[in-house]
Amino acid sequence: MAFLELTHINKTFNQTTAVHDFNLAIEGGEFVSFLGPSGCGKTTTLRMVAGFEQPTSGRIVMDGVEITNTAPNQRNIGMVFQSYALFPNMKVADNIGFGLMVAGKPSSEIKKRVAEMLSLIKLEQLGDRYPFQLSGGQQQRVALARALAIRPQLLLLDEPLSALDAKIRVSLRNEIRAIQRQLGITTIYVTHDQEEALSLSDRVVVMNHSLIEQVGTPFEIYNFPKTAFVASFVGTLNSLPAEVLDAATGLLRVDGQEIHTTQPLKAAKNGDKITLALRPELFRLNRTAVGENQLSGRVENILFLGAIVRIQVRLRETLLAMDTFNNPHLALPSLGEEVTVSFSPEACLVLDTK
Amino acid sequence: MKRSSLWGWLWVLLGAVYFLLPLYGTFDFSLRAQRGKLSFTAYQSALTDPEFLRTFAFSFRMAVFTIILSILLIVPTAYWVHLRLRRLRPVVEFITLLPFVVPGIILVFGTIKLYSKPITLFGFTLLPALTNTHATTDILLVAGYSVLALPYMYRAVDTGLRTIDVRTLTEAAQSLGAGWGTILWRIILPNLRTALLSGALITFATVIGELTLATFLARPAFGPYLALLGNHKTYEPSALAIISFVITWAAMGVIQYISRGNPSQIAGGR
Amino acid sequence: MVNALPAQKLPVSKTTDRSWFWNWLGVIPFFIFAIAFLILPSISLFVGSFQDSKGDFTFANLQGLAEQSIVNAYWLSIRVSAVTALGGGLLGFLLAYAITLGGTPRWVRAAITTFSGVASNFAGVPLAFAFIATLGRTGFATVLFRDLFGFNIYSKGFNLYSFYGLSLTYLYFQFPLMVLIMAPALDGLRREWREASENLGASSAQYWRYVALPILLPSLLGTMILLFGNAFGAYATAYALTGGRLNLVTILIGAQMRGDVLHNPGLGYALAFGMVVIMAISIGLYTWLQRRTERWLK
Repeated sequence: MAFLELTHINKTFNQTTAVHDFNLAIEGGEFVSFLGPSGCGKTTTLRMVAGFEQPTSGRIVMDGVEITNTAPNQRNIGMVFQSYALFPNMKVADNIGFGLMVAGKPSSEIKKRVAEMLSLIKLEQLGDRYPFQLSGGQQQRVALARALAIRPQLLLLDEPLSALDAKIRVSLRNEIRAIQRQLGITTIYVTHDQEEALSLSDRVVVMNHSLIEQVGTPFEIYNFPKTAFVASFVGTLNSLPAEVLDAATGLLRVDGQEIHTTQPLKAAKNGDKITLALRPELFRLNRTAVGENQLSGRVENILFLGAIVRIQVRLRETLLAMDTFNNPHLALPSLGEEVTVSFSPEACLVLDTK
Repeated sequence: MKRSSLWGWLWVLLGAVYFLLPLYGTFDFSLRAQRGKLSFTAYQSALTDPEFLRTFAFSFRMAVFTIILSILLIVPTAYWVHLRLRRLRPVVEFITLLPFVVPGIILVFGTIKLYSKPITLFGFTLLPALTNTHATTDILLVAGYSVLALPYMYRAVDTGLRTIDVRTLTEAAQSLGAGWGTILWRIILPNLRTALLSGALITFATVIGELTLATFLARPAFGPYLALLGNHKTYEPSALAIISFVITWAAMGVIQYISRGNPSQIAGGR
Repeated sequence: MVNALPAQKLPVSKTTDRSWFWNWLGVIPFFIFAIAFLILPSISLFVGSFQDSKGDFTFANLQGLAEQSIVNAYWLSIRVSAVTALGGGLLGFLLAYAITLGGTPRWVRAAITTFSGVASNFAGVPLAFAFIATLGRTGFATVLFRDLFGFNIYSKGFNLYSFYGLSLTYLYFQFPLMVLIMAPALDGLRREWREASENLGASSAQYWRYVALPILLPSLLGTMILLFGNAFGAYATAYALTGGRLNLVTILIGAQMRGDVLHNPGLGYALAFGMVVIMAISIGLYTWLQRRTERWLK
């Protein structure tokens, strides 16, 4: 039996469905992300786990105990909020010790635990400061320490990094993951940032329109997206309208040119219109190998994105984006040049057209 | 219904009773000028009293002058402080807070002490006694009212300037070749319309029934007339109290309406 | 046209004599006005309270403040202000709570806020008349109590023209002021604080005890001090209600202006000076406490 089980969770607010039939089992020590655009139901699900919302129907079981209707202050779940939510009237040390203080722990124990937590987040010197004297990144670390001080069974993080600068965001997310590994605490992390979700998680739950789209490891989610939504939300994606010429051999026509796919065509028949999805990094420019697909077009735009150069190639109707690693010896085509892009038959995914 | 909302309703109810009971009592009383039946006789006799018309017109004029003077003093100052003299801001804010420290009765006391005698320096008269003529006393009265209006007028304008980002607007206008006069008159003032209107209305509501300054400067204003009326009439004072309330209500209602439910206007006790 | 442009540019960096002049031109009328009609009158009272009848320096006026009648006036003013600040503060806070966090619908809040805006400005003579018509000897509520419950509040010791009556009247503009200032402060209590506190195992009472009330305390105290000053400086309401029978500081100053009842102008100035000192202390405390809250919440 998994550590945390959510079964058939539904939540409606005045006739609007926020979460629909959510099922998920999370193992002890696992780091799971809920990923999706705003309004997809990820935060609502998290708040139901925390106890701030009651599910309209369904069950939440933690460590074998049903907590669906347990009051939030009886759950022993730690939560970190997007806005830090530090108590502005208390010093850092008092914020961290708050949970132990209201639980009536002796002050010697609180002091010891607060010191432990401050060293965990590497802010030993700042226990006497007020929150308004700290930077955003420091405040969020204090919030993490405060949530962990009560030794919760489960840690919830609600977009904890979205209020921070890009640089701090990356370093703090690595720190969060390191602390989580060190403590082995089961963690749910809500984010709309696919990079965060992919880099941090053991498993990612992609949500859209109050439904789960796909649950899987970051590797599965990125390389084998099950739905068009997952494919387009996670990473950049070219979608190509195609016509099935021969379903048996995987022969397709794209933009008046013929290509092959080895991916299953599902139930498509000859003559059907389908959508192919291709990651920009799986294309190659002006190089052909035996058995590869080729499409020709004209270079329309070249974008420098730092480590990557994105070349946009205009086929007859569609615009393809292809990524290539930047290096000083890179020979780039010129704008308007006729080029051939090639890609392997495995690279083109056939998406569910819902 | 949750327990907390029951508590909420209880306090709202109590508050509403406190608000409404005196109003209802006054209104009820004002209708009883004729024995045995309800009528608007008191209103009629109060409103047709020539003394009422005279004093109300006087207070109305004073209110208009006060509003003009306040706007002329405060808009350029607040604008300058926002744009060019930011370090003066604490000083200006301190001064606009001072009228809270110096209530009307003290203000008029000091004004009379200072200006009821000629101001002399080495035997030369710099300024004659201002309380000697009606016109100069009216100047003192309008100045005093403007001082009382200072905190809320300044705050209204300051809030207004803060919401429109004067610096950017001014720089944009300058880059298009506009001069100072054009900027103030065509750009800043139109954007401050709401702020100025709420400042003006609250000033009006305060000045129209003001008692203290008018009494001690001995000017025939509506406030002293009303106080006097209370001594020798029975029903008319209630009628005029209701009318005053309606005026205050109208002023605050318009402010509430134009500032979309965010009235930061507080004049305080008198 | 092109040549005229540079002169009109913002002289942010240029500090020529001319731009200095323009910089100050906009604020000079304001400062002249403030000095002439606010600061100089106050200073003249201040100076007057240290002068005897011949204009020589003296401490006698300040010593005169220790006279029994003057001490009584200050004490009565302080009591009325304190009672109405506490009562108005408490009632106003609860009402502000009801319309913000108390679970009442939106329109209630809109109605109460508008009413508070009106009521906090509805002071002076009309307010006194309204209370006379309601709680005077033949007032609406007085008669209502007598006819409905057979209970004459006047025979039970109530009198509108007394300490309690005046306090009750002052409350009419005091507690709405509290509502107007406290409602935004209560809005400032973020939902996440409550949730974080629940999440860490705190009960609702513990949340109020350790988080909400400490956060609100500066504005709570500050606003009550503001209410104190508000009542302390009020003259018109008290005058119209009691006709000068109640010996408040403001009433005494009024009487002194009318006819030198203290038989010593200097003592009158000292009386006013003492009042300004009390007002300054309360407004100063208020600003200090407001700053403290802003620092937390920025």
